[in-house]
Amino acid sequence: MTDETANQGIPEPEGTAHIIETEYEIGQDNVDGSVGPFGFDIHNPVFLISGLSIVAFVFYTLALPEQSGAVFSWLFSAVTKGFDWFFLGAANIFVLFCLFLIVTPYGSVRLGGADATADYTYVGWFAMLFAAGMGIGLMFYGVSEPMSHFSSSMGGVAMEEGARTDWAPLGAAAGDTDAAIRLGMAATIFHWGLHPWAIYAVVALALALFSYNKGLPLTIRSAFYPIFGDRVWGWTGHVIDTLAVFATLFGLATSLGFGATQASAGLNELFGIPLGSTTEVVLITAITAIALISVLRGLDGGVKVLSEINMGLAFLLLMFVLLVGPTMVILTGFADYLAAYVQYLPALSNPVGRTDTNFMQGWTSFYWAWWISWSPFVGMFIARVSRGRTVREFVVCVLLIPSLVCVLWMSVFGGVAIQQVVMDGYTAAQDAPLELKLFKMLDALPLAGITSLIGIILVVVFFVTSSDSGSLVIDTITAGGKIDAPVPQRVFWCIFEGAVAIVLLLSVGGLSSLQSMVISTGLPFTVVLLVMCWAIFRGLQSERAQLR
Amino acid sequence: MFKRIMVPVDLAHIDKMEHALGCAADLAGLYGAEVTYVGATAAAPSAVAHTPAEFAAKLREFAGAQAAQRGIEAHDHMVMAHDPTTDLDDTLLRAVKDIDADLVVMASHVPGVAEYVWPSNGGKIAGHAKASVLVVRD
Repeated sequence: MTDETANQGIPEPEGTAHIIETEYEIGQDNVDGSVGPFGFDIHNPVFLISGLSIVAFVFYTLALPEQSGAVFSWLFSAVTKGFDWFFLGAANIFVLFCLFLIVTPYGSVRLGGADATADYTYVGWFAMLFAAGMGIGLMFYGVSEPMSHFSSSMGGVAMEEGARTDWAPLGAAAGDTDAAIRLGMAATIFHWGLHPWAIYAVVALALALFSYNKGLPLTIRSAFYPIFGDRVWGWTGHVIDTLAVFATLFGLATSLGFGATQASAGLNELFGIPLGSTTEVVLITAITAIALISVLRGLDGGVKVLSEINMGLAFLLLMFVLLVGPTMVILTGFADYLAAYVQYLPALSNPVGRTDTNFMQGWTSFYWAWWISWSPFVGMFIARVSRGRTVREFVVCVLLIPSLVCVLWMSVFGGVAIQQVVMDGYTAAQDAPLELKLFKMLDALPLAGITSLIGIILVVVFFVTSSDSGSLVIDTITAGGKIDAPVPQRVFWCIFEGAVAIVLLLSVGGLSSLQSMVISTGLPFTVVLLVMCWAIFRGLQSERAQLR
Repeated sequence: MFKRIMVPVDLAHIDKMEHALGCAADLAGLYGAEVTYVGATAAAPSAVAHTPAEFAAKLREFAGAQAAQRGIEAHDHMVMAHDPTTDLDDTLLRAVKDIDADLVVMASHVPGVAEYVWPSNGGKIAGHAKASVLVVRD
């Protein structure tokens, strides 16, 4: 230890923790000072490199839209098609690894040391897990994805020159309504169940373990300490952290752009507010402004409060749809879809020798890359709020329970929409564009005006929490793992994110080409996650050894 | 006049707090009060300590050293903040209540830590705490 207090003759405590001994002191590479009244405390060079390269990339997509669009879409299809087996195989490993942690004695290791107590109650913790992890996705795909898989499964297999041209999962279920519903729901749950949450759990666990138990800074590079040793404090680590900032900021900015599209579609449907870039820019500005207030209020007063409000609202909406929809059909469906998920899981997660290439590459591989590119952000946020839990409790709560909630959500929203088609012949949701499917489904239920409004509020607030927690995470990474950096830095990232989203939204094809690029970052991060599994295993081994 | 003086300390910038520390010790001597040094930390590792337990130990050492050096009765009190950037003042306000302090002596103008720098922080403590608050400029 070479920090200031140690220099003043305060000795190291004895036997308080099994920390990793390293010469690195948190904040040693930081530059602090102030610009006018605004203080800053930033990591040199991660802050500058990530900031400048983000600006450079935005300029590139704006200055050469066609060229950049072509480059990114080539990259995207090369990654999701060429490495589909790799994504599927790796995601299976993450799930098995997490399940392994639950059943082995490693599960009893407590994050933060044997005496640590949990910082948050279960309700607050769950609310934040969902708000950061996939709240917005559930709003987007809750109706549309089950519907897509159901429709394509009904359509059956189509072959052309020996290759399948249909998008149905596995062997489809041509004309068989019940089988198509089961297959469609199983495929949807597969994309929102164990696998994505295992991806988040691995990253979160690695960061929590190496920060709370091993005393390394709360930043992505720390999980690589077992592999690179002290080199993680140099350029190796700078590159890892910069990549994480990059994926987080662009991931958030593109989602913010697409979210504005859905919210404005909803507002148009509900109040006739004109569609177009003006409405979307106003929406992004408003979301960023609310996020700023939340940022200034901090973790407990901002993100946590908003997450809890949103979880309450989402629960009410879920209950409403369940009760006014065909309740018994959905409830028996829930059990049936869960069984279908278990039944089809081996086939759906099989990485090689598949014939349903469109589904496997266009859906599964895309999703896995997308979850993985989000994992530095979500994982780090989950780590931030999970101190004091045991590894077993952590994995059960981050993997199993959210998966079950997703099954319930998809069963209700997707189930109702499919039943509307099957039982009532109401096809408005089936025929609507992606961003409108949710509202069209609600339209056929009572009190559609109110529930649609709640839907829009949910979309907006989920974006606020994402934007806010994203700023928190980026700020921590670019401050070298310091979580007490001055508040203007978070404000900066929050505004920067909104600005990037607006610029990309106004450019032609800017959003979608950058989304392709973000998803492409999933490939290197998959390698990163595999390495993390090994690092977690080693870290837990040493914790167990010291407990004996 | 005063029985228990609370002094929030930033263990990363002790050298910049000399005025406040001296002032608190003098007042303690004058009124025969005891001093409680309050240190706030987050759960995540910081420049000061790798773990909250290590932080607590360092704070205890610090309080002991102050007691010996200045000839006062000194205690230590660690508080945890989830997000020190934004909830430090609330955390400190809780500490005022918890240790039942009747005077808070705070340093201001410690560079790099906005919460100590901005008068609004001392201002918030002064505005909300039941105790008297003395903000000592560097």
